[in-house]
Amino acid sequence: MHEEPLVRWDWIGRNWPNIQVLLEDHVVMSLVPIVVGLLVALPLGLACVRWRWLYQPTVGVMNVVYSLPSLAVFIVLIPVTGLATRTTVMIPLTFYAMAVLIPAVVDGLTAVPDHVRQSAVAMGFTPLRRLLRVELPIAVPVVLAGLRVAAVSSISLVSVGALVGRGGLGYLFIDGWQRQFYTPIIVGIVLVVLLAAVADMLLVLAQRLLTPWSRARGSA
Amino acid sequence: MITFDGVTKRYADGTVAVDHLSLEVPTGEITVFVGPSGCGKTTSLRMINRMIDATEGRILLDGVDVKTIDPPTLRRGIGYVIQQAGLFPHRKIVDNVATVPHLLGWDRKKARDRAMELLERVGLDLKLADRYPFQLSGGQQQRVGVARALAADPPVLLMDEPFSAVDPIVRASLQEELLRLQAELNKTIVFVTHDIDEAVKLGDRVAVLRVGGHLAQLDAPSTLLARPADDFVREFLGRDRGIRRLSFVTDEGVRLRTDLTVPASAEISSVRDTAEPWLAVVDEENRPLGWVSVKDLPESGTLADARPAPYGTFVRGRDSLRAALDATLLSPSRSAIAVDDSGRVEGVATREALDEALDKVAGGAGA
Ligand SMILES: Nc1ncnc2c1ncn2[C@@H]1O[C@H](COP(=O)(O)OP(=O)(O)O)[C@@H](O)[C@H]1O
Ligand SMILES: [Mg+2]
Repeated sequence: MHEEPLVRWDWIGRNWPNIQVLLEDHVVMSLVPIVVGLLVALPLGLACVRWRWLYQPTVGVMNVVYSLPSLAVFIVLIPVTGLATRTTVMIPLTFYAMAVLIPAVVDGLTAVPDHVRQSAVAMGFTPLRRLLRVELPIAVPVVLAGLRVAAVSSISLVSVGALVGRGGLGYLFIDGWQRQFYTPIIVGIVLVVLLAAVADMLLVLAQRLLTPWSRARGSA
Repeated sequence: MITFDGVTKRYADGTVAVDHLSLEVPTGEITVFVGPSGCGKTTSLRMINRMIDATEGRILLDGVDVKTIDPPTLRRGIGYVIQQAGLFPHRKIVDNVATVPHLLGWDRKKARDRAMELLERVGLDLKLADRYPFQLSGGQQQRVGVARALAADPPVLLMDEPFSAVDPIVRASLQEELLRLQAELNKTIVFVTHDIDEAVKLGDRVAVLRVGGHLAQLDAPSTLLARPADDFVREFLGRDRGIRRLSFVTDEGVRLRTDLTVPASAEISSVRDTAEPWLAVVDEENRPLGWVSVKDLPESGTLADARPAPYGTFVRGRDSLRAALDATLLSPSRSAIAVDDSGRVEGVATREALDEALDKVAGGAGA
C-alpha cells in the first residue's frame, strides 16, 4: 500500500464544477437568513424600544430558539418543508440570525445619547424623520457588529444541513468522512473559513464606509 | 415677546415642577431663569417649544398660544441649545449646523453657505467644518451648538445651562461671545442656569425661581443685587453681592482729576515741590507709563528716569465702578487711571472720588 497524499489536487481539479455548485448553495443558504433576519429584526427591535415591555419576552423566546440544536430543528421541519431543501436549512438559520440581531438593534437604538435625541426633538424633527435620520444611523455600528457575528455563525451552521441532505460545502465533510478520504474535508474547511473571512471583511469595510464618524472614536 | 400666563406643570407622578408662573420675556432681550437644581427651570423652558406641555395656563409667543402651533413647526422657529451641545455624532460639523435649514427645505448650497457663515460668526475655524463632533473640544462643540441654534435665524433662542459643562475659562469666553452675538442679533433669549454669577452677567432681566416652581423675583441684575425681594433671593445671591452690584454701576459718577498727570519729558525739579505724594507719568501720546512717588524721585533728570511703578486703569464711560475700584487696588498710589477707548489718559480717579461715587450707590440702594 503506497502513501496517500493529504490533498489530492487531481481530485479537486476533476470535481471543481461540483465544488462550485456547493459553494454557491452555501453562500445563498447563509446569506438569505441574514438578510431576512435583519429585515425582521429591524421592526421587531424598534417595537421593543418603543414598547419596553416587549423586549424581555422577545429576547427570552429568541434565546430558547437559539438554544435548540440545529439538527433537531432541521429534522422537525422535514415533514413540512421537505428533505434536502434550502428552505429546511434556511428557516432555523433565519431565527438564529434574529436572535443575534434583535438585541443588536435594541442596543444600538438605546445607545443613542439622550441629549442627542432631545436636541433632534427640539430642532423640529418629526418622529419618523428622527428615527431615519438620527437614531438608526447612530445605531449602525452596533447593528453591524451584530451582523458580523450573525454572518459568521450562519456560514458555519449551514454545513450542519448536510446531515439532512442540504448543507452546501458541508456535503464535502460527509463525503470525505464516509470514504475515509481527507481531500474533500480539507477543501470544505478551507472554503468555509474563507467564506466567513470574506463576509467579515466586507462587513468591516461597510462599517468604515457607512460610519466614518465612529471609526476614529476609539483612538481619539 | 414670550408670555407665561398662569402656567403650571404637574407631572404624572404628582410633582409640581412649575406653579402658576406668570411673567413676560421681552423681545430682543436676554431673560435668565436662575434657581437651585430641581426648581423647574428646564420644565419652564421646554414648555415654550412644547417639548413639555403645560398642565394649566397658556404660553404665548407674540400673542399666539403655542398650543395652537404644530410642535415640529413651532420648534423649527425656536433655537435650542443644551448643556452637552447634543450634536449629531454621525454628521459633520457643517451638516450639524445646517440641520434646521435642511428641515425647512432650503437647497443644499444655501444651507451650507449659511452654516459656514455661522461657524465664522461664533468664532470657529472653518477648517473644523468637515470634522465630526468627537474631534472637537467641549468648548468648540458648544459653539457649534450655538451656531446650529441660530442657523435658520429664529427670533427666539432657548438655552438650557449651555455653558455649565465647560471649564471656567472657556465658559467666560463663551459668555462674552454670547453677549457680543446678542449685541448684533437682538434675539429674544431665555437662558437657564443655576449659577447666579452667570445670570447677573448675561441677563437683561433675571427671574429667580425657588423649588416648587415659584417665581421669587424678576428684575434687572443691578436691582436684584441691590434689593433682593426676600431671604431666599438674598441667600441665593450669595455673600459679596455688594461688590458684585458695582459691576452694574457705570463710572460716570466718578470725578476725575487732571492735575495729577505729568509727561515723562518733564524735569524732576519741576515737580519736586508738589503736595501730592504720587503722580501719574504719561508718554508723548498721553498713554500711561505708571506711578512715581514724589519723595523717592532721583536728584535730577526727567521723570522718564524715575522707573514708574505698576498701575491699574479703567475705560472711562465703558467700565463699571467695580473695574475702577479694582484698578485702584493695582496701583501703589491707590488711585485709578482713567483712559479712553484708545488707551489715552483722561484723568485720575482718586480714592476720595471713588468714595463719593460709592456713597451715591449705597444711598440709592436704600439699604
Ligand atoms: N418627567 C418627569 N417626571 C416627573 N418629575 C419630573 C420630570 N421631569 C422633571 N421632574 C421634576 O420636576 C422638578 C423640576 O425639574 P426641572 O425642570 O428639570 O428642574 P431644573 O431644570 O430647575 O433643575 C424636579 O423636582 C424634577 O425632579
Ligand atoms: Mg435643568
